[in-house]
Amino acid sequence: MSVPSTETRHIPDRLGTPLRSAVFSWPSLLLAVGIVLFVVNSFASPYFLSPWALSDATFNFTEKALIALAMALLIISGEIDLSVASIIALASTMMGLALQYGAGTPELVLIGIATGIVCGAFNGFLVTGLGLPSIVVTIGTMSFFRGISYIVLGDQAFKGYPAGFAYFGQGYVFWVFSFEFALFVLFALFYYVLLHRTNFGRQVFAIGNNDVAARFSGIRVERVKFILFLLTGLMSGIAAVLLTSRLDSTRPSIAAGWELEAVTMVVLGGVSILGGAGTIQGVVLAALIMGLVTFGLGLLNVPGIVMSIFIGLLLIFVIALPIVFRKVRNRRR
Amino acid sequence: MSAIVKVREFWLAVLIAALVFAANLRAPGFASPSRLSGIVEDSSILMILALGQMVVILTRSIDLSMASNLALSGMIVALINQAAPGIPVPMLMAVAAFSGLLLGALNGVFIWGLGIPAIVVTLGSLTIYRGVIFLIAGGQWVNADAFSPSFVAFTRIEVLGLPLLVWYAVAIILAFVVLMSRTALGRSFYAVGVNPTAAVYAGIDVGRTTFLAFCISGLLSGFCGYLWVSRYVIGSVEVARGYELTVVAACVIGGISISGGVGTVAGAVLGALFLGVINGALPVINISPFWQMAISGAAIILAVVLNGRGAKRSQRLILRTAEAAA
Repeated sequence: MSVPSTETRHIPDRLGTPLRSAVFSWPSLLLAVGIVLFVVNSFASPYFLSPWALSDATFNFTEKALIALAMALLIISGEIDLSVASIIALASTMMGLALQYGAGTPELVLIGIATGIVCGAFNGFLVTGLGLPSIVVTIGTMSFFRGISYIVLGDQAFKGYPAGFAYFGQGYVFWVFSFEFALFVLFALFYYVLLHRTNFGRQVFAIGNNDVAARFSGIRVERVKFILFLLTGLMSGIAAVLLTSRLDSTRPSIAAGWELEAVTMVVLGGVSILGGAGTIQGVVLAALIMGLVTFGLGLLNVPGIVMSIFIGLLLIFVIALPIVFRKVRNRRR
Repeated sequence: MSAIVKVREFWLAVLIAALVFAANLRAPGFASPSRLSGIVEDSSILMILALGQMVVILTRSIDLSMASNLALSGMIVALINQAAPGIPVPMLMAVAAFSGLLLGALNGVFIWGLGIPAIVVTLGSLTIYRGVIFLIAGGQWVNADAFSPSFVAFTRIEVLGLPLLVWYAVAIILAFVVLMSRTALGRSFYAVGVNPTAAVYAGIDVGRTTFLAFCISGLLSGFCGYLWVSRYVIGSVEVARGYELTVVAACVIGGISISGGVGTVAGAVLGALFLGVINGALPVINISPFWQMAISGAAIILAVVLNGRGAKRSQRLILRTAEAAA
């Protein structure tokens, strides 16, 4: 999806030192942006710097960020899943259906997560089993999964989830640390280890950089990709449990538009949309930045739709700026 | 004859005819000329948008900002019409098309000039353009009573039994047939998509061609902005929300390959018509409109599966033998 570049490549005289490359890396840039946003926000609103306010702020990105973690791996491997928000809708609908048959909290959680995994497996089968392009397949399943929710619910809503179920989306583990946030931290660690510290993670990078070469070096490309789709489905299922619990209701329009927000998070986090490069640290920072932006603007009474302008500008400029700098530098040589 | 049978557009047309026939069995009168022209009218905007998206997809890109572009351009002319009802409608059409062209060119500049992948740029402009609607309208809607009669009439006046909206689509389809098969630009969209490197050696500026593709998709989105607002008589932030993926769906069903270089005008038009027929048929055969989304989703999946069958064999040949040897 890119235009072949005609730029000449410069081979540096010296290799960068580890310190230098760490300072100028994408996550450091994001960290700087994050700190600036944090400082600006604390000056802009007197309510910003309170632990409870900051804790509230985490709620509007943790569910999306959970999906973004798995999506990052998927995008690094060169695939994409646009159906994640629809998986949330379907999983939430299935939980609502189970509720009508008297399911308790453990069954609800199980059904939500299982639906996510089944949907992920369906995507994974279409992409890896039949060898179809994931962007089109998941645009299809995106309508399909949410479509089932609409068939089941129409213009109705499921309500009245059991009291114990509310803990997942509304409960606190310790002081201001919500269950959602704790779960996010745990999964961020899990995905960090999976991507950057395991054989599996190296295989994901190898596939994203050159899947033919990866295949010839003995990596079971289809299996790895299938697992990544399963993981993305799983995370969407988990997000569905959290979101349903937080909203205490299910409508077919639940989580509408989240697929693009999750992708924005991943790309903002420095993952190459063309695959092969990216870090979990970057994605986590991007999630925090998006949380800071939306929460800070929210405190200033900026409507949600205007916030989305900032997110969009952030996405384009954070990606465009390094390219512009590089161009200017190359021209000077 | 045997050549026609091998063309997938032919089978899509047969499928659409079969759908109409089946719906007519359940609900006699569905295939009447007035009903059918209604379905064509409902699909007209989608057809125009699908043609714009087709050009972009041909160059191995994707334009996710079309629906937001449409809504923003539509809101601009809606506001102008509200403030100054005296301005002639053809001029407003030109304004909508021009605003769309600018928004599309803006996408193109980032993609051509900076080499940022199209999906990233248009993902950003998708949210930005829609946010701008809220800003310029101050969060207000433009309601039906705010439009001048001629603003609403310019998609509805019937010429030769069909509303003008359909004739706009027909004119654009004809223009595309000429553009894609009879002009250097049209052929270069295919060349860039099939093999960008070879296109460069053939003297085609790949970046410029991609830029022009985005200009075209923007221009058509903007023009459809007027059509949409005039047809549904409302200007709001919510106009055509999520429609960008419906447009991609129409292209996919029409056999336009997401990896670029493959696709025809007939495919895009039939893909849009297919979705239009399904949406038109459901209420008639007493299926709740809530089934619409799942059915079009299933149609997309089916279309990709069927499209993929032919392509897969040649693509995977080397790897199959390698796997067998291992």
